[in-house]
Amino acid sequence: MTDIPGLPSRRSFLKASAAGMALSGLALPASAQNAPAPVPLDQYQPDYLTADEWAFVMAATARLIPSEGDGPGALEARVPVFIDLQLAGDYGTADDWYMEGPHDANAEPARGWQTPLNPAEVYRQAIPAFNAWCEETYQAEFAALEPAQQDEALTALQKGEVGLPAEVRDFFTILLANTKEGYFADPQYGGNFEMQSWVYIGFPGARAAFREWPTRHNVKYPLGPVSISGERA
Amino acid sequence: MARQEKKKDVVIVGLGWTGSIAGIELCREGLEIVALERGHDQSTVPNFEYPQQIDELKYGVRLKMMQKPSQQTVTVRRNDGETALPYRSLGSFLPGNGVGGAGTHWNGLNWRPQPEELRLRSYVAENWGEEIIPEGMNLGDYPVSYDEMEPFFTHFEKVAGISGKAGNLNGEIQEGGNPFEGWRSEDYPMPPTATTYDSSKFQEACLAAGYHPFPAPAGIASTAYTNPYGMQMGPCNFCGFCERYGCYQYSKSSPQTAILDALKMQPNFSYRTESEVLRVELAEDGKTATGVTYWDHKAGEEVFQPADIVILSSYQLNNVHLMLLSGLGEAYNPLTGMGTLGKNYAYQMNGGVSMFFKDENFNPFVGHGANGMCIDDFSINQNDFGALGFIGGSYWRSGTFNGQPIRNMPLPKGTPSWGAGWKEGIGEWYGHAMSIGSHGSHMSYANNHLDLDPTYKDKHGRPLMRMTFNWQDNDLKMNQYMKSQMEPLAASLNPDVMQSGFKGLGAQYDVRPYQTTHNTGGHIMSANPTQGAVNKFSQTWKAHNVFAMGAGNFVQNTQYNPTGLVGGLAYHTVNAIRTQYLSNPRPLV
Ligand SMILES: Cc1cc2nc3c(=O)[nH]c(=O)nc-3n(C[C@H](O)[C@H](O)[C@H](O)COP(=O)(O)OP(=O)(O)OC[C@H]3O[C@@H](n4cnc5c(N)ncnc54)[C@H](O)[C@@H]3O)c2cc1C
Ligand code: SF4
Repeated sequence: MTDIPGLPSRRSFLKASAAGMALSGLALPASAQNAPAPVPLDQYQPDYLTADEWAFVMAATARLIPSEGDGPGALEARVPVFIDLQLAGDYGTADDWYMEGPHDANAEPARGWQTPLNPAEVYRQAIPAFNAWCEETYQAEFAALEPAQQDEALTALQKGEVGLPAEVRDFFTILLANTKEGYFADPQYGGNFEMQSWVYIGFPGARAAFREWPTRHNVKYPLGPVSISGERA
Repeated sequence: MARQEKKKDVVIVGLGWTGSIAGIELCREGLEIVALERGHDQSTVPNFEYPQQIDELKYGVRLKMMQKPSQQTVTVRRNDGETALPYRSLGSFLPGNGVGGAGTHWNGLNWRPQPEELRLRSYVAENWGEEIIPEGMNLGDYPVSYDEMEPFFTHFEKVAGISGKAGNLNGEIQEGGNPFEGWRSEDYPMPPTATTYDSSKFQEACLAAGYHPFPAPAGIASTAYTNPYGMQMGPCNFCGFCERYGCYQYSKSSPQTAILDALKMQPNFSYRTESEVLRVELAEDGKTATGVTYWDHKAGEEVFQPADIVILSSYQLNNVHLMLLSGLGEAYNPLTGMGTLGKNYAYQMNGGVSMFFKDENFNPFVGHGANGMCIDDFSINQNDFGALGFIGGSYWRSGTFNGQPIRNMPLPKGTPSWGAGWKEGIGEWYGHAMSIGSHGSHMSYANNHLDLDPTYKDKHGRPLMRMTFNWQDNDLKMNQYMKSQMEPLAASLNPDVMQSGFKGLGAQYDVRPYQTTHNTGGHIMSANPTQGAVNKFSQTWKAHNVFAMGAGNFVQNTQYNPTGLVGGLAYHTVNAIRTQYLSNPRPLV
């Protein structure tokens, strides 16, 4: 047994888990419903997005994951907040990525991210370009369109029919990916409000302790999710 | 002038699986050892603690445990005519970073190669003749045999703490194990982990079809366990945050759980993090190394670390890059076949089938990285290469390992990727799907190789390594064969919907989707200095006091995940250093 001085001992940890302490039972203070209400989306002050960009992200995510039907929509899940915070952070600035030139933004998609722009810059340049296409096609910017037209416009964007410059060609791909991330990520990142998406699909979040479950075949797991901060739903 | 550190007997470059093995074994000889690790320090406590570790966005999607391309990356092109472009954000493969390396966040599938895979060229020649070897395929034999390696595989499995069921004990076939595996001198250190619902369905279907299912060999503790270094593991609780995560409860086999705490207690061992090795320094005659030069990120300066022995254990890609930059061999030229560094870069050829069952519950979040039942009925030693028209094989596996919804949301084809239809789809199908994967071999080819990029540079002004790689017909045919065999088996389970994903002829390498971090070759082992970069003891042909460990040694990739062979070869190498090299430093072959 080799415990490192200054760190909690492995022996005591193993004893604790052997004694059957349910780890996901630790630190679960409040249920999600008791948390203070967050600022409403229409009063949210974005960290990165401008007012126009915020209006676009609100409108676009509301179509990518609409509120209608079962389960939360992107707005109920506060996905726009997630996107704003991600773009303001090291994802937006591509801190971890290799961004040295020369860049070949026209390279085939299978060659990966090749634009000189980081994700935050892609949003910044693509939103006005896409809005201009909407103006031309529907005589109104995206946020002002009817839902059916918005769906049509997003479909054109997805299919690459909008004529965006090569540098922002991947805009739809990252917008959709970021929307789903915000829908399913732990609520600490600003989306997945009250873990509604996890409740909807039956994902138990950060429970991460299923010792007796592997052999319970074809039995639906009954417990609702917990978040990293200890919320329950 | 670089700062100079006090001379050591051994300097280890990279403290992942192979660096940890080298450290602990050479410590026992009383040598003064320093390990230099590019990334940060990390231990189970506090770095992998619950609940902070259970964060799909941070670790699963933003990949905060991995090598950052801003720190080091490669360029990629699919053939010699294309301009290589940087691998700017991670996709296809995810090299590790920080103490423990990729061994911290791997899945734990721990395989030995089949004996035939280590002498594949001879096996092919004996059974079908050399003429079936396609033009351009660099098919080779390893300069070590399975029989020589067996004790080292066994030892690595004991250290790593592997759970499984032997199928061949000293030549006797064991019911419930893999009958097509090479012989084992002992059973696995731990019994298999529990069988989840999807695995049991797959197992039944395989038995009905006359196949031979067995539990996946898993670096995942099924019981309490103490390894030969006195390190303890506790049973896994199927937390489902395994691949891409550090294990929060000492259950997944890793340098942290198996070696590092014991190693750090040794008075003759020390390690320095944020110490990125830039090159190996060669003596004037070019026949030995004098040490390594590294970048000390904390001090912001170059440091020379003199040492008598240099161990390169920085992962396949980084090892080859360092060797190219240091002149530890000549770069491979695919046209002339001359040179050895960068030769035989290979990868893995995978595919799979997803099955959807409206009324069944799979609880996909209950799982571990190496969960499942497997079959080897379509593996290398079972396939008639002459009749099938390819050289290779695969193992199949079914078992939940990750139900994390950002990345793991299989939906029947035709479900919209967004909008009301998508939302309805995720509500209907999450938790009601299972899959079978085919994990296949990848041969080596003259066309697939590594060298230095002429254009792109890293932060230190050094050229990036350039990867020239594309899928080849031989392996694509193998993959299509697996599809043709797997689909009927999947259909026998009567799913409501099923769909397969197997690359077919003409497929081009796409760097975006994750495939595997099983990059192999580039400093391959060989029987003589013209064929490869290292000898059977992983000793470089160029400088006898430099040893290069890891999957860079692979002559061609096997059908399995690489680490069982990587770990076995690492023990084989340190054994040679201890028993043959230290008393008389020289080329061992
Ligand atoms: C997500 C994932 C899943 C995997 N699953 C499996 C699996 O199920 N089964 C399997 O067999 N294999 C699996 N692998 C592969 C497995 O992790 C590797 O085979 C294994 O870790 C290789 O050991 P290594 O010692 O060669 O490299 P690593 O364990 O990666 O260690 C290399 C170390 O060197 C350091 N380093 C790199 N460059 C330098 C430098 N210049 N100076 C100093 N230090 C440096 C790195 O930071 C790292 O810590 C997986 C890998 C990943 C990423
Ligand atoms: S699944 Fe098991 S081995 Fe893997 S991280 Fe979770 S507890 Fe550890």
